[in-house]
Amino acid sequence: MNNTKYIEGVTQSVVVSLWFMFLTFPIMVIRVDTIEKIIEWRWTNMIYVGLGSFVLSFAWRYLSGKGVSERMKSADNGRERMPLLQRIASEKRTSVPAIAIVAIVAALFPFISSTYQTNIMTTALMYVVLGLGLNIVVGQAGLLNLGYVAFYAAGAYTYALLYHHFGVGFWLALPLGALAATILGILLALPVLRLQGDYLAIVTLGFGEITRIVLENWNEFSFGPSGISGIPRPGLFGMELGMHDAQVYLYFLMIGLCIITIFVVNRLQDSRIGRALLALREDEIACQAMGIDKTRVKLTAFALGSTWAGLVGVIFAAKTTFVNPASFTFLESAMILSIVVLGGTGSIIGIIIGALVLILLPEYLRIFSDYRMLLFGIIMVIMMIFRPQGIVTGVRKTYEFHAEENKRDF
Amino acid sequence: MNYFLELFVGGLTRGSIYALIALGYTMVYGIIELINFAHGEIYMIGAFTALIIASVLAMWGMSGLSVLILASVVAVIYSAAYGFTVEKIAYKPLRQAPRLSPLISAIGMSIFLQNYVLLAQTSEFLPFSNLLPDLQFLTPYAGLIGSTEFIIIATTAVIMVILTVLIKFTKMGKAMRATAQDRDMAMLVGVNVNRVISNTFIIGSALAAVGGVLIASHIGRINFYIGFLAGIKAFTAAVLGGIGSIPGAVLGALVLGCTESFGTGYISSDYEDAFAFVLLIVILIVKPSGLLGHKTAQKV
Repeated sequence: MNNTKYIEGVTQSVVVSLWFMFLTFPIMVIRVDTIEKIIEWRWTNMIYVGLGSFVLSFAWRYLSGKGVSERMKSADNGRERMPLLQRIASEKRTSVPAIAIVAIVAALFPFISSTYQTNIMTTALMYVVLGLGLNIVVGQAGLLNLGYVAFYAAGAYTYALLYHHFGVGFWLALPLGALAATILGILLALPVLRLQGDYLAIVTLGFGEITRIVLENWNEFSFGPSGISGIPRPGLFGMELGMHDAQVYLYFLMIGLCIITIFVVNRLQDSRIGRALLALREDEIACQAMGIDKTRVKLTAFALGSTWAGLVGVIFAAKTTFVNPASFTFLESAMILSIVVLGGTGSIIGIIIGALVLILLPEYLRIFSDYRMLLFGIIMVIMMIFRPQGIVTGVRKTYEFHAEENKRDF
Repeated sequence: MNYFLELFVGGLTRGSIYALIALGYTMVYGIIELINFAHGEIYMIGAFTALIIASVLAMWGMSGLSVLILASVVAVIYSAAYGFTVEKIAYKPLRQAPRLSPLISAIGMSIFLQNYVLLAQTSEFLPFSNLLPDLQFLTPYAGLIGSTEFIIIATTAVIMVILTVLIKFTKMGKAMRATAQDRDMAMLVGVNVNRVISNTFIIGSALAAVGGVLIASHIGRINFYIGFLAGIKAFTAAVLGGIGSIPGAVLGALVLGCTESFGTGYISSDYEDAFAFVLLIVILIVKPSGLLGHKTAQKV
């Protein structure tokens, strides 16, 4: 019995490895030089693919078998158990020390690591805020937005242009950038209010691309593909900071912004608007029947979401001291969306972890140099397959109904 | 007037290729409601396979039509195989997952496939020699329509007819339509839904490969990144026509191709890529379900 199962597994893996050897044949084995007229046959690659897929197919079967049995088990238990992180956060006894540890590590981080690492961490924190902002639109209101990067660009260009033309400083540009992004968000939301689901997704995608194309081609306004350089970093009470100090300063600025964002987003969830957004996501018609103004709620969602992107955009411009349209491609929108989904749609902790993983991962994958993005793509697929609901599952509010307690005499 | 016609033919050519790719999007969407972001990459792999096979055959001393046919057939087979494998690995385990998860998996697959070709082949643009034959009978109209344009438009038209027959009159087509309408119900009446989904990916990918060979011959150079923009444009075309609708995808693609062609011809070539999206937004504001999309009544 066991023996036949074993043989079956081996045969299956042989078939898989033969299939992949066939599949990768033209791209992996043959390389042609059309100018020199040379064909290079790289048969060793084929052997690698064969062996690799043979081993991986075993791992795949083992893991996916395990995943299914685990899911069955949790289904048997009736109620899904709360994920570990959510449990830590929800109980005061554990949440206070956990937050304290995170706070100490965050405060000490720039002093124990290099400028380079602080710099990357600042970027990761920027994506935390972007993820949380996009979560308002995608996670809470259920409006798929694939052009989020346009609002990010709006913030960055607001600071860059205001500085270039009027010499406006960082702190004045920060609210103005947020305002510009909010206005842009409302401008986008107005025409697309009637659209639903994937139609909305593609229109927002188009909107993001149009923004980038306009920035690239309207030379008089945005200085084209070469962008705007020489944007100053923020100064501390009028002091000019050195390269390293400025990075540390920006890092703490981002920590501050993160805390504000988390606070606001957390409060928003239970507010009147937050609940209206949830209702809108679940059922538009029922939501309208309850007297919620659909148009206004959708506009609010877009406006709120884009405000954060605008804020981060200004900080991005200040951090890199340079903006050009190449920073605002569709891949960037996809990355922010991936953070939201990978972390766990609707979960604040999940999105923070998602942002840290997705932004820090490519940096630490640098040891694989050229294979970095290849691995990144694989990891995205694998994480989705094994945890489709994201790293931390967003806990939905449930009201428990106890038949005994609610029994009343009529 | 001649300039107008020239732009029109250019638009039709462009639109035909968008249509070949858009069909893959719209068919997959119709059946599993997934925006298959890796579809553009399948098209790119089709073009690469054709280039590699054609170059090898040319170096072995073959020439003319046999190279074209062999390279196209191999490209179609390989693209179909890639489409099939991508579905099995990245989408099938996620059938029951939340709606956005397969989308992220698709984006990951797209990044993976781009970098796979980048690493295994090259990051530079490769010249793609024109494999399409020169049609003698078109010589009098040379100013208006080249033989490449003619072949592209004609091939697309023939493929559309075949696809329509396949979907309208064969058993497989019937199963596909049933699955698109209601997957659970189709399963209940004995349709092998998994096979139908695989078939959809195979057909869509094969069509994309045909598009890949044609456009690579038309433009004359390819690199690992060509799938991205073509994919987005084709998806735009599919949405424009009403996603899930096959005639809609073709109509949307032709409208999109012509808009781009006239836009670049009469307004400005800098904003070539923006025209597609402006048109999309305008049409969706007027008609939110696309040109030929059905307006679904919301039930309470």
